[in-house]
Amino acid sequence: MSKSVLVVEDEPNIIEAISFILSRDGWHVSSHSNGVDAVEVIRARAPDLVILDVMLPGRSGYDILRELRAGDGAGASLPVLMLTARGQTKDRALAEEIGASRFMSKPFSNAEVLEAVNALVAP
Amino acid sequence: MASLNLLIAVCMAYGAALFLVAFGAERAALRGRSGWLRSPIVYTLSLSIYCTAWTFYGAVGFAARSGLEYMTIYIGPSLVMIGWFWGLRKIVRIGRSQRITSVADLISSRYGKSNLLAVAVTLIAVVGTTPYIALQLQSVTQSFAVFAAADPTARMGAESQTTALWVAAGLAAFTVLFGTRNLDANERHHGVVMAIAVEAVVKLCALLAVGIYVVWGLGGGLGETLARIDASARLGEWHIANGRWSGLIFLAGAAFLTLPRMFQVLVVENEDERHLRTASWAFPGYVMLMSLFVMPIAVAGLSTLPRGSNPDMFVLTLPLSQGQTGLAVFSFIGGFSSATSMVIVAAIALSTMVSNHIVMPIWLKLQPGKGAMVSGDVRHVVILARRLSIVGVLFLGYLYYHLSGGGAALAAIGLISFSGVAQFLPPLLGGIFWRGGARSGALAGLGAGFAIWLWCLFLPSFGEGVVIPAEVMRHGPWGLSWLRPYALFGIEGLDPLVHGVLWSMLINSGLFAGISLLSFPSPMERLQGAQFVNIFQHSASPRGWEGGTAQSEDLMVMAQRLLGAREAQKLFQREAERQGVQGYLPEPTGEFLQVLERELSGSVGAATAHAMVGQIVGRAAVSVEDLMAVADETAQIMEYSSQLEAKSAELARTARQLRLANEKLTQLSVQKDAFLSQISHELRTPMTSIRSFSEILRDAPDLSGEAKSKYAQIIHDEAKRLTRLLDDLLDLSVLENGQVTLNQSRVRLGDVLDHAVHATGAEDGRLSLRRTPAQEDIWIDTDGDRLAQVFINLIANARKYCDAEAPVLRISVRRAEGQLIVDFIDNGSGVETSQQAMIFEKFARIGDQKAGGAGLGLAICREIMLRLGGAISYLPGQGGAAFRVVLPPPEALAAQ
Repeated sequence: MSKSVLVVEDEPNIIEAISFILSRDGWHVSSHSNGVDAVEVIRARAPDLVILDVMLPGRSGYDILRELRAGDGAGASLPVLMLTARGQTKDRALAEEIGASRFMSKPFSNAEVLEAVNALVAP
Repeated sequence: MASLNLLIAVCMAYGAALFLVAFGAERAALRGRSGWLRSPIVYTLSLSIYCTAWTFYGAVGFAARSGLEYMTIYIGPSLVMIGWFWGLRKIVRIGRSQRITSVADLISSRYGKSNLLAVAVTLIAVVGTTPYIALQLQSVTQSFAVFAAADPTARMGAESQTTALWVAAGLAAFTVLFGTRNLDANERHHGVVMAIAVEAVVKLCALLAVGIYVVWGLGGGLGETLARIDASARLGEWHIANGRWSGLIFLAGAAFLTLPRMFQVLVVENEDERHLRTASWAFPGYVMLMSLFVMPIAVAGLSTLPRGSNPDMFVLTLPLSQGQTGLAVFSFIGGFSSATSMVIVAAIALSTMVSNHIVMPIWLKLQPGKGAMVSGDVRHVVILARRLSIVGVLFLGYLYYHLSGGGAALAAIGLISFSGVAQFLPPLLGGIFWRGGARSGALAGLGAGFAIWLWCLFLPSFGEGVVIPAEVMRHGPWGLSWLRPYALFGIEGLDPLVHGVLWSMLINSGLFAGISLLSFPSPMERLQGAQFVNIFQHSASPRGWEGGTAQSEDLMVMAQRLLGAREAQKLFQREAERQGVQGYLPEPTGEFLQVLERELSGSVGAATAHAMVGQIVGRAAVSVEDLMAVADETAQIMEYSSQLEAKSAELARTARQLRLANEKLTQLSVQKDAFLSQISHELRTPMTSIRSFSEILRDAPDLSGEAKSKYAQIIHDEAKRLTRLLDDLLDLSVLENGQVTLNQSRVRLGDVLDHAVHATGAEDGRLSLRRTPAQEDIWIDTDGDRLAQVFINLIANARKYCDAEAPVLRISVRRAEGQLIVDFIDNGSGVETSQQAMIFEKFARIGDQKAGGAGLGLAICREIMLRLGGAISYLPGQGGAAFRVVLPPPEALAAQ
């Protein structure tokens, strides 16, 4: 069974790019573009990995991750790769403090993303 | 006929008796049995030194020459006593609370303790009193002469000058004996006051005796006497016509306050402020009695005695001519009493002023070291100075008598004196009722008034040609007729006295008021001014600290208040241990008081500490100097603390400014961070797509042609988006910095709208436009391209965000209040109320739509409209999104 990844991101082009890269690597890719109900969607789909954008419409990626980590169950240990377009050091520090498994700033290279997701989810 | 020797013997005996009275009174005062000495009757009788030989002898002469005018001299002081009681009380209160020793002291104290002013007042007082003393010498000399010649027509011969000199010397010796026997800090002379009270009774009785004799013995009863007064030509008439009447009343009232001897008995010798109340009715009664028989004696003298008799001597010559030697001697003693009491008190008052304000300052300045303040030493010098001053004052009086020839009417001489000392009135009254009165004004007024008095009244009084040549009297000095002594500034025809008084008082008061208003008084002057003017608030009780010894409890309370409870307790415990009374309060020994004072002076200043300890110990009243020193210290402390206050206020202000600046910077920094963060996001997002898809195109050779072209399209679109973002950023930056150049031209509104619609591609039918071309046919002066940019933004937004099924954008144009209004209203759901306020901010993208914009459009629109002189705003409540563009008035172009 192939590993599943949920991309929470509001830019359609970026979703498409990530989907293309990970699908070719054998991942099952799904996406969600809204921050408001992202936590419910994540819990419902229970992916092996979440790629989470910070600047989402409705709710910030930090808040979503905080809620995920606060609850018990799968959410607390779910590997989360955070993406941000702001790319400042304090954003990275904040992400790590909240409990992001990996932090990556945009624009990223495709190889980087592939390496990260494979490292986060052991086969 | 009484021999001259008998008279001299009588005088000696009378003097000795007076001396005994004074001596006894002083002894009684020393022993503390001075109750009866301090009675209001004694005070009132002492005030009667106002009635001098002038009154005793001169009033009859005055009446014989000028009728009832002599009354003015008594009406003036009576009016002051009765009608101006509260003013007198104020002067007395000031005198007592400030421990004033003379009129010079009062005026100089009031104007900042100016010694210059004290010297000026002293000099004026000495010069002004000199004729008055001469008057007394003249009357005593004349009275001797009357007895000596036994001839009613006796006039002064050559030997009278010698008599006058002897009289002056005798009076000087008498005054020295009386007035300078001891020094009192308050300048009070119980003995002298008692003696002049006795003299007041003697002179009143003598005058009444002569009067009764004249009316009932000589004149045959009251009715006949009154008939004779009526019969005498014009004597009983009131001569008010020439202004002398009111002038004399004023003069007498003023002199009553300002004559040095009157000030001495009225203020300095005052034992109790309440005595004034008795004196206010008793004194007018006394002078009324004194003047009661003046008119009968004058009339009797004129009708009984041979023509050419000196009317000033009627009081003596009338009984003498009738062989009533006993009555004549009594009358002589009455006159002698009047003269001596005046001379004694005047000389004491003047010597106090001269020694305090002239001799002592010079002596102190001449002392090599300032350490010569050994009290015995100074005491000796002061007494010597007083004695020399008394001799000097009497010698001056003699000199005046000698120069003026001794022939003038007594009243005329007295009035010269009155008008001289009346110069003190403006600074005196101005000083106690007007806080604005200033030293420079007082000096200028006094100087000018004194000069005019000298020129118009004093110098001419010696007689024509004695001091001022006859030529100058008639034509003025150097031929300047407006400087004639009797017609100053060309005012002619006035009575010389009224003329002199009018000018000197007018110019004196004018200069005093004018210069006071113009000058800026020193702090000391202002302080003293406030104390004098508000004396009744400053000195609640006229009584000083009396009796009582220090209570340790009181000292403890005060020490705690000043040092703090703990410090005070420590100090008192230490002292108690030293005294061997642990656990109790220490005895207030002198040593302890010194220690306490030293401790206190550390916290409140030496003068204050001294005054406070002195107050509790009750040893002495606080002196003027103590008060001044206290005030100075307080002022310094206040100055210091107000400086501190100002500094701390400044610090607080600076801190507040810094905090505000810091907040502003923080805010700016937050805004800048947010902006940079936004830009970063807006730039990185398209770059992410571009990078990712270009890597896919590079790394995946197996892509289908369709996918390849799709990804290339994405890269292309995102590159365009990036470019547009950069363009917008630059545009906004230029607009915000005001560096934009507008291309003003005349354009038709409809054309601009057409261009905008075309540029947005809105003609494709996805958004239907409702326009009214007739309304759009308006020519305006504006930058057409920039205005089109705004319109494009608004139409594009409607295309992007209008969520109606069949989107419709209505563009309406109208004019209101001279402005051109273009509304863009669509039929979508509009902008949420919470977001309406911020849609014109940078990066304020509405909702989550991906419309390709960076959220800078409306911010740019706002900047553009600002530059074009118009505005753009959101119109709430229109059903859909509604924007209003307001353009400045299209001037008169609408008609085209």
